[in-house]
Amino acid sequence: MSRMKTDPVAQGKPHTSSSSKTEDVFMKRTALIALLVMVVAACSPSDTAATTTTANPATTTTAQATTTVVPATTTTIDDGFPVTVEADNGSVTIEALPRAIISLSSTATEMLFEIGAGPQVVAVDDQSNYPTDAPMTDLSGFTPNLEAILSFEPDLVVITFDPGELIAGLETAGVPVLSYTAAFTIDDVYRQTKALGTATGNVESAMEVNETIQTDLEEIVDFSGGSGEGVTYYHEIDALLYTATSSTFFGQIYGLFGMVNIADPADEDGSAFGYPQLSEEYVVASDPSIIFLANVLYGESSETIAARPGWGVMTAVTKGDIAELDSDVASRWGPRIVEFAQAIAGALGQYRQG
Amino acid sequence: MATPTVARPSRPGWVSLTAGVVSVVVVGVAGLLLGAAGIASSQVVRALLDALPFIEVDHGLTEIQLNVLFQIRAPRVVLGGMVGAILAVGGASYQGVFRNPLADPYLLGVAAGAGLGATVAFAVSGNADLLAPFAFVGGMAAVAVTYSLGRSVGGRTTTSLILAGVAVAAFATAIQTFVLQRNSETLRQVYSWILGQLVTVGWSDVLGLLPYALVASGVMLASRRILDVLSIGDEEAAALGVNVVRFRWVVVIAATLATAAAVSVSGLIGFVGIIVPHTIRLLFGVSYRVIVPLSLFFGAAFLMAADIVARTVVAPAELPIGVVTAFFGAPFFVMVLRSMRGPG
Repeated sequence: MSRMKTDPVAQGKPHTSSSSKTEDVFMKRTALIALLVMVVAACSPSDTAATTTTANPATTTTAQATTTVVPATTTTIDDGFPVTVEADNGSVTIEALPRAIISLSSTATEMLFEIGAGPQVVAVDDQSNYPTDAPMTDLSGFTPNLEAILSFEPDLVVITFDPGELIAGLETAGVPVLSYTAAFTIDDVYRQTKALGTATGNVESAMEVNETIQTDLEEIVDFSGGSGEGVTYYHEIDALLYTATSSTFFGQIYGLFGMVNIADPADEDGSAFGYPQLSEEYVVASDPSIIFLANVLYGESSETIAARPGWGVMTAVTKGDIAELDSDVASRWGPRIVEFAQAIAGALGQYRQG
Repeated sequence: MATPTVARPSRPGWVSLTAGVVSVVVVGVAGLLLGAAGIASSQVVRALLDALPFIEVDHGLTEIQLNVLFQIRAPRVVLGGMVGAILAVGGASYQGVFRNPLADPYLLGVAAGAGLGATVAFAVSGNADLLAPFAFVGGMAAVAVTYSLGRSVGGRTTTSLILAGVAVAAFATAIQTFVLQRNSETLRQVYSWILGQLVTVGWSDVLGLLPYALVASGVMLASRRILDVLSIGDEEAAALGVNVVRFRWVVVIAATLATAAAVSVSGLIGFVGIIVPHTIRLLFGVSYRVIVPLSLFFGAAFLMAADIVARTVVAPAELPIGVVTAFFGAPFFVMVLRSMRGPG
């Protein structure tokens, strides 16, 4: 109980976003404690999960960590629960290994299945169409119905949006809620994936998934060999010319390739939160080298772009450098950001050839 | 407003007509000169001269810049003018035919009904060609219910009509929200459309709107005298030989058709239908023989000006034009109202 308080590493290390060293130390110590306390090794592969709670900010964790470690060392040693994970709604303690998870976030659904928590998921919302074996229901993440959610008797609910009293309502019903809004950086993806791993007893495979994503992204960017350097692009979110600047999550992925976003001057002060609506004549006059369509789902295609009045003379249109992105891949911040990067690399390859 | 003032002119004077024409020309030219593409005004002028028959001027614009000017900017300016003219004349006609100064597409529930129709069109088909007919059916249904409700509840009082409009609008909005939630994939499109937009219009949109604009404006212009007669009262108008019921429906259908056609290309652009006619009424006279024709000019100029703001003030980003009309229109209207109250 007192080990956390006296631990110089935990006390001395200020909170940073990358606290992997601290976590490593804790992992080792957990293993040690596990050895000391119990005789039988846990059957769950995730018995080390309990201490990843220390991803919490150092200044506020001491009390929470203390309270959570107590039962960890006394009762549920076999699966490492309870655990405390950080979410947008604060530190959330999950008492036991969740076996009835509901995901109201299509991104979280993809993350959960990727890290191997799929069998623990009992229901996903009506937008969670990937992977296809996810148990899609009528539940809505935009207009959630508390009673409908509770009818599945969940022991963990993952959301991305609380329209009002969803979190409060679920907590009143005794159901832990993890809320993760859209990622702002690629690091957010890793953080959310790992937190879901911790929360569901899959932290090791979550970290493997993160490593795979990181390696894949690096390889894709390396393989493109700087072909994206300085190439201008326009990323269309909808036909009213809403777009994403370099500062957004998806803009950062284009940035990995060194590409230049034509939308950046439209939101220099960040007042549009990186999602300005561009003036049509500005888009055409900027004449970007490649046009990426994130709105194929809404009926846009290279043909509809070419058919727009005045757009036919643009270089990207005449040369055919219009990339039709999978609308889901281009709007979720889960493991499939690798596919997003692949699509960019593919478009760059075509651009350099043509 | 319903009382005709004999002293006021019964047709637009030279001053007001000239002011209307000049404002349309000035704002229209400004609309062609200004934009986010960064084309110098002098080049625009030369390119415009060059486009005239038998004149050749070296403008030095690239092919892309020419496209921006003639395929994107020019149709947008023209369409903005047409939509503004239609919304303003439509608003004036509603006010005359219902003898209600507050009647406008919003307060009568027409906009909400048209919005519901458009939402259903988005949800059912996603086909943009169905927007106009669906919006028209929704708008007509809404105004019909509003009118009959208003009559059955409160006879002739203007408040009952407006209250009925508010109820109809709330009802239509409720259904619209329900449809949206059942089809959340259309939510973004509909939301963008509700905010109002003149993005990605081309000459085809202009040509598509033209017949509606001509027919509806023609009907409403032809009705301006009878609107004046109607302003005395239904019975008095009937005594003067006006078939009040038929006339009312003809004007309502024309105004609703025009409004629906306009909103189907531009989205719900508010305030034009109430600000423009009222400003004219306050400045130039209460006769519909003045208001209706002048609404055409000043409505066009107002919306073209609002669109210039929408596409330049945060350039190269863009504001929804509905936000601009509300933001600038509402205080402007209050200002005119206050300044005219004293001597009037």
